[in-house]
Amino acid sequence: MTGVARNRVLDWIKTNLFSSPFNIVLTFLLLFVATKLLWNFLDWAVLRAVWGGDAETCRHGAGGACWAYVRDKARYVLFGHYPYEQQWRPQLFVAIFFLLSLLTQFKRFWSKYLTAAWVVLPLGAAGLMWGGFFGLTHVEMEEWGGLPLTLALAFLGISASYPIGIVLALARRSEMPVIRALSVIYIEVIRGVPLISMLFMAAVMFPLFLPEGITISKVVRAQVAIIMFASAYMAEVVRGGLQSLAKGQYEAADAIGLSYTKKMVFVVLPQALKAVIAPTVNTFIGLFKDTSLVFIISLSDLMFTTQASLQDADWLGFTVEGYIFAAFVYFVFCYFISFSSSRLEKELKV
Amino acid sequence: MQQELKKAAVAKGDVARQPNQLSDEIAVKISGLHKWFAGFHALQGISLSVRKGETVVVCGPSGSGKSTLIRCINRLEVHDKGRITVGGTLLSNDIRAIERVRADVGMVFQQFNLFPHLNVLSNLTLGPIWVKKTPRAKAEQTALANLKRVRIEEQAYKYPSQLSGGQQQRVAIARSLCMNPSLLLFDEPTSALDPEMIKEVLEVMTELSHEGITMIVVTHEMNFANMVADRVIFMDEGQIIEENTPEEFFANPQHERSKLFLSQIL
Repeated sequence: MTGVARNRVLDWIKTNLFSSPFNIVLTFLLLFVATKLLWNFLDWAVLRAVWGGDAETCRHGAGGACWAYVRDKARYVLFGHYPYEQQWRPQLFVAIFFLLSLLTQFKRFWSKYLTAAWVVLPLGAAGLMWGGFFGLTHVEMEEWGGLPLTLALAFLGISASYPIGIVLALARRSEMPVIRALSVIYIEVIRGVPLISMLFMAAVMFPLFLPEGITISKVVRAQVAIIMFASAYMAEVVRGGLQSLAKGQYEAADAIGLSYTKKMVFVVLPQALKAVIAPTVNTFIGLFKDTSLVFIISLSDLMFTTQASLQDADWLGFTVEGYIFAAFVYFVFCYFISFSSSRLEKELKV
Repeated sequence: MQQELKKAAVAKGDVARQPNQLSDEIAVKISGLHKWFAGFHALQGISLSVRKGETVVVCGPSGSGKSTLIRCINRLEVHDKGRITVGGTLLSNDIRAIERVRADVGMVFQQFNLFPHLNVLSNLTLGPIWVKKTPRAKAEQTALANLKRVRIEEQAYKYPSQLSGGQQQRVAIARSLCMNPSLLLFDEPTSALDPEMIKEVLEVMTELSHEGITMIVVTHEMNFANMVADRVIFMDEGQIIEENTPEEFFANPQHERSKLFLSQIL
């Protein structure tokens, strides 16, 4: 730090933190509280923590966090009941998503191959998890769980609700009253209902309406409920983008004779969607975390496996550590989405 | 006043107006046109024919319905009563017919309305490629030729936001030209421009008029009207008040309201 810069910092501290007796007292008080809280947390999470061993080691430890628990349970929390020695398959599944999202952040990789990869690779990875070929054992879907399930629910949720949301937003601005009304009713009804109640309906009520002999797996029903839910929110985000566009853009597109579809594809949507990247990502992150609600209809997503791991009779009483780990995993993914979006905004020069 | 304008033109070295070679073919025929905006009677029985090759200037005070009139011709506004026939096609709710007319009628807006997410070349080729199904290479060739026509070919790969207002408006004119239109509509093309940029746009428009492109121009540029128009139409309160050659209109306006308008604007 140069002398000038140091002076500036000192000046800032003086004028903002120590300008009056009251401010001096307040500064020290807050400093004390913050330090104390941080210290207590570090003391618990690091200094007195137990890093290895089993539950007994933790119970006889210094009363800090029991990371041994996370060490023992992480594989179960992340990959559920998937056969332990076969877990390289879900690991590959997660790695493929990570790799694809990473590549997508760079405009120079954007091509039809990348789009194709986004379709083919996740499908291939899912096929790999399913198994039954090349000597791979078949693993029932009921045994899939943890992170791959959360990722799949979120990925399919995002990639389906985005286009559906766009269609709903366009419908809501349609000149045809029936189309407009249908869209408004859909959006308002869905937005007026909590996701949990929709998941319950999908899990419990929906099968009652199916003809006898036909069953749809619970994962699929939950996935559809999530997509329906997220689409309504997405629609309102896209509508905001459509409204931000000057009327002249629509008129110029009309004036050169573009049909409705071409006008939307080439003129309106590229601008409207770009304008709402930030709220779009906001919705995506919300959707990612909302998938955790499926644990309530006993789908074994990350939240479900976290809770299940807490029921282990050998490891009772380490709830906080379990939830901190789950929160950490969710945070990593949400932060990654958020980081990707700010990169995307830079690439597109918003 | 007419003398002054002529003198000014001679001093600037402009060529005296040569009446365009007009065919008898009708480009646009409007009869008994009415338009209401929520109770406001914007157009009150307009009848007008424009022949091929003709340059018609529509002037009048603001709110007189000039813009509404030309926006009805490519159906950016839907008229409530009367008939509009463009190049033999009667405008109705038939969306195919509307798209056909729009592909054949270019429009230049006051606010340029270029597509900001596309570069200049893509702005120009969008219509030809997706409406007229022109192959991309051919469309780009035409686009570059038209950029040259409006003297701005060096800006082909820039984005609209990197151009001045006058340049943007010339790009907008080139965009219309790329569709090879049989009629060009200008909706106050210089009203949003700084004075020093008005000239470059008017020069391009003058050339187009001399090339025999059919044009309907809503403008307050009376010098342009006097020099370039074959016919001047004066509108007020949704009606055509006076329709005359520019010579007659500026030297000897027939109607009180025309006189008042000219005295205010000149």
